[in-house]
Amino acid sequence: MSYGFDFAGQSLQARPSGALFWPDRSWLVVADLHLGKSERMARRGGSLLPPYEVLATLDRLEAEIAATDPACVVSLGDGFDDDAAALALPDMLCDRLHGMARGRRWTWVSGNHDPSPVCPRLPGETVAELTDGLVLRHQAGPGPDVSGHFHPCIRLAGERRRCFLIGPDHLILPAFGAYTGGLAIDSPALSALVPRGLAIACGGTRALPVPVGTTLRRGHRA
Amino acid sequence: MSLPPDFQDWFARQGWQPHPHQIALLEAKGDTLLIAPTGGGKTLAGFLPSLVDLKDGHRGLHTLYVSPLKALTADIARNLARPVAELNLPVRVEDRTGDTRSSQRARQRVDPPQILLTTPESLALMLSYEQAPQIFGSVRRVVLDELHALAENKRGDQLMLCLARLRSLSPGLIATGLSATVEDPSALADFMGGATVIQADPGPEPDIAMLATARPAPWSGGGGHYAVPEVLDQIRQARTTIIFINTRAQAELFFQALWAANDDNLPIGLHHGSLAREARQRVEAAMAAGELRAVVATGSLDLGIDWGAVDLVIQVGAPKNVKRLVQRIGRANHRYNAPSRARIVPANRFEVIECVAALEAVHEHDLDGDPRGPGPLDVLCQHILLTACAGPFDADALFREVRTAGPYRGLTRAQFDDTLDFAATGGYALRAYDRWQRLMQRDGLWRLRDPRAARDLRMNVGTIVEAEMLKVRLRGRGGVPLGEVEESFAATLVPGDTFLIGGQTVRYDAMREMVIEVTKQPTRQPRIAVYSGLKLATSTQLSHRVQALIGDPARHWVLPPDTADWLALQDRISVLPRPGVLVSESFPFQGKWHFALYGFAGRNALQTLGLLMTRMMEEAGLGPLGFIATDYALLIWSLDPVADPAPLLDRDGLRAGLGDWLAGNAVMKRTFRNVAIISGLIQRNMPGGRRSGKQATFSSDILYDTLRRYDPDHLLLRITADEARRGLVDFDRIEEMLDRSPQIDHRMTGRVTPLAAPLLLEYGRVPISGAGRERLAEAEAAALMAEAGLA
Repeated sequence: MSYGFDFAGQSLQARPSGALFWPDRSWLVVADLHLGKSERMARRGGSLLPPYEVLATLDRLEAEIAATDPACVVSLGDGFDDDAAALALPDMLCDRLHGMARGRRWTWVSGNHDPSPVCPRLPGETVAELTDGLVLRHQAGPGPDVSGHFHPCIRLAGERRRCFLIGPDHLILPAFGAYTGGLAIDSPALSALVPRGLAIACGGTRALPVPVGTTLRRGHRA
Repeated sequence: MSLPPDFQDWFARQGWQPHPHQIALLEAKGDTLLIAPTGGGKTLAGFLPSLVDLKDGHRGLHTLYVSPLKALTADIARNLARPVAELNLPVRVEDRTGDTRSSQRARQRVDPPQILLTTPESLALMLSYEQAPQIFGSVRRVVLDELHALAENKRGDQLMLCLARLRSLSPGLIATGLSATVEDPSALADFMGGATVIQADPGPEPDIAMLATARPAPWSGGGGHYAVPEVLDQIRQARTTIIFINTRAQAELFFQALWAANDDNLPIGLHHGSLAREARQRVEAAMAAGELRAVVATGSLDLGIDWGAVDLVIQVGAPKNVKRLVQRIGRANHRYNAPSRARIVPANRFEVIECVAALEAVHEHDLDGDPRGPGPLDVLCQHILLTACAGPFDADALFREVRTAGPYRGLTRAQFDDTLDFAATGGYALRAYDRWQRLMQRDGLWRLRDPRAARDLRMNVGTIVEAEMLKVRLRGRGGVPLGEVEESFAATLVPGDTFLIGGQTVRYDAMREMVIEVTKQPTRQPRIAVYSGLKLATSTQLSHRVQALIGDPARHWVLPPDTADWLALQDRISVLPRPGVLVSESFPFQGKWHFALYGFAGRNALQTLGLLMTRMMEEAGLGPLGFIATDYALLIWSLDPVADPAPLLDRDGLRAGLGDWLAGNAVMKRTFRNVAIISGLIQRNMPGGRRSGKQATFSSDILYDTLRRYDPDHLLLRITADEARRGLVDFDRIEEMLDRSPQIDHRMTGRVTPLAAPLLLEYGRVPISGAGRERLAEAEAAALMAEAGLA
């Protein structure tokens, strides 16, 4: 079940998968897919990670597209782990992306991992940022804006979960890609952007809202 | 070889007589395994042949000494300095561990000492250098210290692979294993790849007994606090006492209880693996200087520097394992040829029986131990990669060499090829990309595709994988480090929680940059003292002894009267568990039905059995609500009674349930993480590196889930399943329990039985389905929102 909230005058939905849905425009926004991460590591002589993260990420993205039937899919930067990873994508997976993009717009916002325009084998267009009712960019800038990049995470009931982070100036999306780590929401980088607000934990069957930065002393037994 | 005259004179000047086993080792030809109690001059025995050999000098490295502890190498270096100086031997002794400076390491590569003292990890690292053949080509002898401890885990497997490598580099070298008392010396000799066993005189029988206490052991719990006055008396009478306690949390609590009653202010210290290194070193130094009268310790003191002055060992809590008990008793070795003194304090009524059974086993020299499984393939994978770092290798030759290592003598070519394939390409079913190559074959030899990869592989050397630990510091600028707790424990803390660390109660204030900040709360009772961590299960043999003792009323006279009365009452009301029979009971209590099963299969196996049986009860509509597992029994409570346990103990049903349940199990994920690190799939987290807050690192759980979904037959998943089956999941012991108990004796008793009563008081209850993570998380999120006034 999604969690609905307002940000910068727009009604939005945080989905338990970590995708953001914007009903008024019918946009589905996903951040930090990092497709091709295992290929990049192998290419650079690092670990030989299981080469299945593109499959795993596209399986989940396809399910989100099936559930929301969006008019536009936005990859909010770092869609690929580097520019060469897009070139190395097997034909089968390219075809699959084309299938997912059929009948809708597809926009790749550039990220620090994938700064160049997307390669011609793939559907969609590349932009530096989107300014259309909301500002969507990879890395948070002058707010209010919607961004990714940091992979925010929160601890809930002893478990680490990816989360949305919502403050007055910034809405930061969790990473959607399978092989992505996370940055705790109380780390300096994130608490500087959102000192107070709301986190929405993903990963289960419901998106769960949790307050951030309040001076809670829960369970305090003085 | 015999003892040369100048050595004989040296012994005489010390006022020593060489021990027979020292001479036997000197005279032995070929590989040997010396079994000797602590304090028997074991280490000198191991070095004597080298020292005699080195009398006339030797170019390059002659003797390699490997020990499990860095601290031991420093100790040995000091001890060897004297004979080397006094006998005027042309010998340089140096150590090489993770602490050795890089300038020293570089020099050792060019100009090795005659005797090098090291650890398995540093040896593996040195063997990965291109210069390894030059450095190790001249080695004549290898001394493997504390081999019994190394053989208990993967460090031993790695060491044996390294020994095989050394034998190839220097054919004809002689290996000597040194070990404390073990149950099966020939198995340990096989582990070394075959060796002649030399048994030293075990010395006099230990003086070991239960500690007599004014109050009887309580019905449940694990603290042993009822015995504090008597323990203090013992400390007062002895010179130096080591008090062994099974878990860190219990050690903390017992230490606190001792000090609360320590009116004489006897200097008593605390030593366990969660304490900051500086704190541990302070205790060790005080102990060595004879400033402490007692130290409360966990397994952290099982090995280590021989303090010599210890004259009493007290074991608080069930010994769990006879061999370990004997080795611990051996720490009280202030004089060779004087009996070691030890006292045992059972923590509860069940443990009284276990302690009596363990004492019988000690007196009968009946040590326990499970046979070692075959050498694990993740360790072999690391070995293959490190071998490639040293230079190109031939697969056939490496296979032959590996098979000379004891743990890998049964390795098949198919297993070897699978492992080599994993090392080379990742071994994935999907082979779309030619870049998935770490090793490649050229001119018939395997080599690193990119030689720069050697650096990362060397950084990953070793088979010890630490649990994810978080540092604990006092709040404020420059807060004093107190120690570490497991991340999973930290995750359960909320601000205001109090817990014990380093013998003091502290309050959890905040987590900042992955450091836990706390404030001292000396006057408060700690709320929590659990660092989770895994619990050691009682050994198979000791469990059998306990069951046999319970099941034989004619022998109950050996038990304290209150314990014997308790068992007699059980016999009247229900039935006594006995060998060959699996006894269970169903009874109502507080509006719920309870099912007790006396399996005597150890805590881990019974925990797994509880998870599997409650699933089957769920399917059978019995409404299971929760369960607890101890080393002896499983107690499940439910809405409806278990009338016939046989279907729930059906072997095929249990096996099928195991496969499903393991899928998303945390134990499996933890096991996988270790396997993934050792095999080199992921890099271990460097000290300080992991907590940099980079969002690039991700959890090994993700890799586990991905592999299970897309490549379920992958080698690492097979290794993980094998390991969990033997280790934490311990399904083998469930099967062993079913094998040895063909008959099921189920009683509907109508009321709580004497044997089940303590179970109802135990901790560690596991709630089952219905209260899954999702609902817990929802409840916690809702509570937080409510408290913040947002819902």
